[in-house]
Amino acid sequence: MNSVETIAAIATGLSESGISIIRVSGPDAFSIADKIFKSADKKSVFDYESHTIHYGFIVSNEEIIDEVILNIMKSPRSYTTEDTVEINCHGGILITKKILDIVIQNGARLALPGEFTKRAFLNGRIDLTRAEAIMDVISADNDMALKASVKQLKGDIYKKISLFRDTLLHETAFIESALDDPEHISLEGYSEKLYEKIDPILKELEKMEESAADGQIVKEGILTVITGKPNAGKSSFLNMLLGKEKAIVTDIAGTTRDALEQHVRIGDISLNLVDTAGIRTAKDEVEKIGVEISKNYIDDADLILYVVDSSSKLDENDQHIVDLIRNKNVIIIYNKSDLEPFISEEEVLSEFSDEENIDIIKISAKEHIGLEGFEDMVKRFVFTNNIFSNNEILITNLRHKEKIHEAVESLRLVKRSLDDGMPEDFLTIDMMSAYTSLGNIIGEEISEDLVNEIFAKFCMGK
Amino acid sequence: MSRIREKVDVCVVGAGHAGCEAALACARLGLETVIFTVSVDSIALMPCNPNVGGSSKGHLVREVDALGGEMGKNIDKTFIQSKMLNVSKGPAVHSLRAQADKAEYTRAMRKVLENQDHLTIKQGEVTDLLTVEDIEHLDEQNNVSEYKKTSDPVIGGVKIYTGAVYECKAVVLCTGTYLRARCLCGEAITYTGPNGLQPANSLPDSIKKLGIELRRFKTGTPARMDKRTIDFSKMVPQYGDERIIPFSFSTDPESVQIDQVPCFLTYTNEETHKIIRANLDRSPIYAGVIEGTGPRYCPSIEDKVVKFPEKDKHQVFIEPEGLHTNEMYVGGMSSSLPEDVQLAMYRTVSGLENCKIVRNAYAIEYDCIDAMQLYPTLEFKKVKGLFAGGQFNGSSGYEEAAAQGLIAGINAAMQIKGKEPLIIDRSEGYIGVLIDDLVTKESFEPYRMMTSRAEYRLLLRQDNADLRLRKKGYEIGLISDKQYEQLLKKEEMISSEIERLKTTIVGANSRIGEFMEKHGSPALRTGCSLAELMCRPEFDYFSLAEIDDNRKDLPKEVIEQVEIEIKYEGYIKRQISQVNSFKKMESKKIPVDIDYDDVNSLRKEARQKLKMFAPVNVGQASRISGVSPADISVLLVYLSSKYPDRQR
Repeated sequence: MNSVETIAAIATGLSESGISIIRVSGPDAFSIADKIFKSADKKSVFDYESHTIHYGFIVSNEEIIDEVILNIMKSPRSYTTEDTVEINCHGGILITKKILDIVIQNGARLALPGEFTKRAFLNGRIDLTRAEAIMDVISADNDMALKASVKQLKGDIYKKISLFRDTLLHETAFIESALDDPEHISLEGYSEKLYEKIDPILKELEKMEESAADGQIVKEGILTVITGKPNAGKSSFLNMLLGKEKAIVTDIAGTTRDALEQHVRIGDISLNLVDTAGIRTAKDEVEKIGVEISKNYIDDADLILYVVDSSSKLDENDQHIVDLIRNKNVIIIYNKSDLEPFISEEEVLSEFSDEENIDIIKISAKEHIGLEGFEDMVKRFVFTNNIFSNNEILITNLRHKEKIHEAVESLRLVKRSLDDGMPEDFLTIDMMSAYTSLGNIIGEEISEDLVNEIFAKFCMGK
Repeated sequence: MSRIREKVDVCVVGAGHAGCEAALACARLGLETVIFTVSVDSIALMPCNPNVGGSSKGHLVREVDALGGEMGKNIDKTFIQSKMLNVSKGPAVHSLRAQADKAEYTRAMRKVLENQDHLTIKQGEVTDLLTVEDIEHLDEQNNVSEYKKTSDPVIGGVKIYTGAVYECKAVVLCTGTYLRARCLCGEAITYTGPNGLQPANSLPDSIKKLGIELRRFKTGTPARMDKRTIDFSKMVPQYGDERIIPFSFSTDPESVQIDQVPCFLTYTNEETHKIIRANLDRSPIYAGVIEGTGPRYCPSIEDKVVKFPEKDKHQVFIEPEGLHTNEMYVGGMSSSLPEDVQLAMYRTVSGLENCKIVRNAYAIEYDCIDAMQLYPTLEFKKVKGLFAGGQFNGSSGYEEAAAQGLIAGINAAMQIKGKEPLIIDRSEGYIGVLIDDLVTKESFEPYRMMTSRAEYRLLLRQDNADLRLRKKGYEIGLISDKQYEQLLKKEEMISSEIERLKTTIVGANSRIGEFMEKHGSPALRTGCSLAELMCRPEFDYFSLAEIDDNRKDLPKEVIEQVEIEIKYEGYIKRQISQVNSFKKMESKKIPVDIDYDDVNSLRKEARQKLKMFAPVNVGQASRISGVSPADISVLLVYLSSKYPDRQR
């Protein structure tokens, strides 16, 4: 199987220090590397022998991005058996991300989940006995990517993209129904109307594509849920982290009615903090909904911050929470350490089993004590428990950007066809491409959408 | 019991549009073929609309013709009006539609069948499908009944209502809407096929015994009216094209320039809709009497009124049923309302105030299959030698039926001859799209062809069906040497003319300058090829004649191809590259003996769907809803680990 496309991905886990490797594989690997790599010895990448390493710089728009080491592996002597370049850069999330972005701008495509391994396998590089494991990797990676993809999309972006898709589908269906039933449905004067529909979408997508470069599309961060029984001090704790008053803080239990989302950076880690309504047996309707939402958040969360009131005993509300957060990554916030403790840290920890990923930290949210210790713990905890999901987020963001770019290109073609006065059946080709690309972002398949829309919205003849 | 026993090669059950194509294909390929029908007088009957072709259906007729089928030739002989639809749109969606003289169409097709060598027409209802084992046990038991089946059934023949048995190597089922047919006109329900013809009530049980599942679909047809009772002065006449283009690539265009008859356009109104709404409870569909699923694209007038309440009128086309009858077809107003409501409703329509109904509108329900039980060759996965085509496969439309009948017939013949089957893929023809959709996608209503279903439609034009498919027809043996040579000649003329236009450079001299100015086109600064000039919207092949000194006299159909290929080159190239990646997946075969339970990493839903559809290649697998790209990756890895030789 000879691949036609060149793929790229970050081969190492992202971390704050050390070296990151970006792997590029496929027929254009060398030409892409040649475009972006300025070597110290002034040679072209094409002149290098296989299995040699080279020192130089990644350059984009005349600007030096990073000092790197390049590994050259010529087909068939590489993991995938294709021409492969590995760029060893200085690590750090921003630089690694930027280099991958440059590689993609120069003609590579982002590798799909498990794709290097799949290529290696299909090219006969990997023993047949490992097929099983490889299939597992592909499907597991894919599940993760899918989950990440939609979950991380910012709410308004999701809504906008859905709306754009609805418009594109509706207009396409109208054109198609007229093509299929020309005697019942006329397209006279339709081009202008279409222009007015397409143009604003194109403009918005162009804006979106720009902002995608600064990571404005996906929520970058670890989904972190703050939970605890009413009045354990969740909102005060959140305010301590944010340094300002956001949540409604009162002494009345149950005043935080709905989930608030906040973004906090701790070193190189970002946390998306969700403060949930106090989990307890809900009395009124509004609160019941909040409780439901917080349960859903807990299911999705990468990290749970469980706030415990150290000045009172663990009651049935706590018991309920402990059951909900079992087998999750949990940091217990041992709050109100300024007061006389009623229970000890050991007693709280004893509620969980030894196998669970649990840590505990002493805090006084009211007195703003313990913030530094908490931050250190988060960094340690996140790395040791491998819940650092920036890698996925980065990929998701790039993938979305790639798709938005495709949609923009397609809609530009629609506009050009309109300007050139092309017949309507040419327009729908690119309208449907844009529709498909946008669908990839929000995780929707197309299958029978168009035919269904035609039948649902337009009265066909006979 | 003594009975007639005959041995033939192929039995075709049903002589509608699918059956005729299937039987003709087999007989023309030299196989002894019998075609069964409940009535010889209703061969190639058009029980619904009196036309052939239309958007995307016209493409199908052209493709059937390119492969050596009969439909195009037959309509060319019997049409009474013809029109190329969508001429203001791109070439991909141009589509021919012709009004047929129904009686003539039937008569002409019957004549072709009657005079075809190796083909026998037999009137009689087929009641049983017989397997090879059934045939072996026939003499011992007098009657086909239960005995221990050994392995997967292989078709052995058919039995008709008299008990006569026809042994054969392949059976093609083209039963249309006749299986357990039931017609509904309000409260009046009759157990007949279309037009009161005899239904087939025994065959469904025999089909089910082979492990084939049946389901129930419905469709409908509007009333026919007495022409003398219609006031045409209140309607808008609709005429055919001035210059008529024939359907068949073999028909001489001069032979079809006939006098045409018009159709007429009128509209329903609020009064019509009021009557319908007031009587919905008497419609068998809304009253829940009908169990079958009807098509969304061909809604009854009551469906239209209910589904689109904001529309204050719907179009109605009054179309002649033939030259020698006063019956007129009321297009757009199919219905299953009771007779009295029908009459009241029709009489509200402008021009129909005094109309008399000759035949009532009715809905018809019938047994058919979910075509996912078929391979793309249209052979049943469960029964070797049993093929199926037409409305029985869950489609609708004469053209869709003819296309499937032709493919089913060809593949029955290919199997008997031990040759490779004919599978047209989605990039090669609408026939490919039609069959792939039928056998791959879940469908809950009769399937109608639409241009939006063809993802490579720029390549699948009605004008180039011969260039796409004639060669296949020739290899199969349905296209003669002479026809094939003509095709090669045409291909040669097209490519050399394109080449000439691309290499003929016109300079930026004063003669060209004047010419450009005359046509309001920006002046040339440097030399430019004629092909490049032709891409400008203001020029076409003919307008460039003035500056094209070495132009040869070429046939119209060659010029048409040259022009399309050059003008839309960019779009065409893009589709060709999409086709290439599509073909790559289509070429990865999935072995029949694959065990999806052995592919552990497949998601549950994907596994179920793959088991259910049993796709023949990875491309087909990827089109099944519920099978994700990751599942396809998993499948690819599995295939190359399990069957390393077949994948590389």
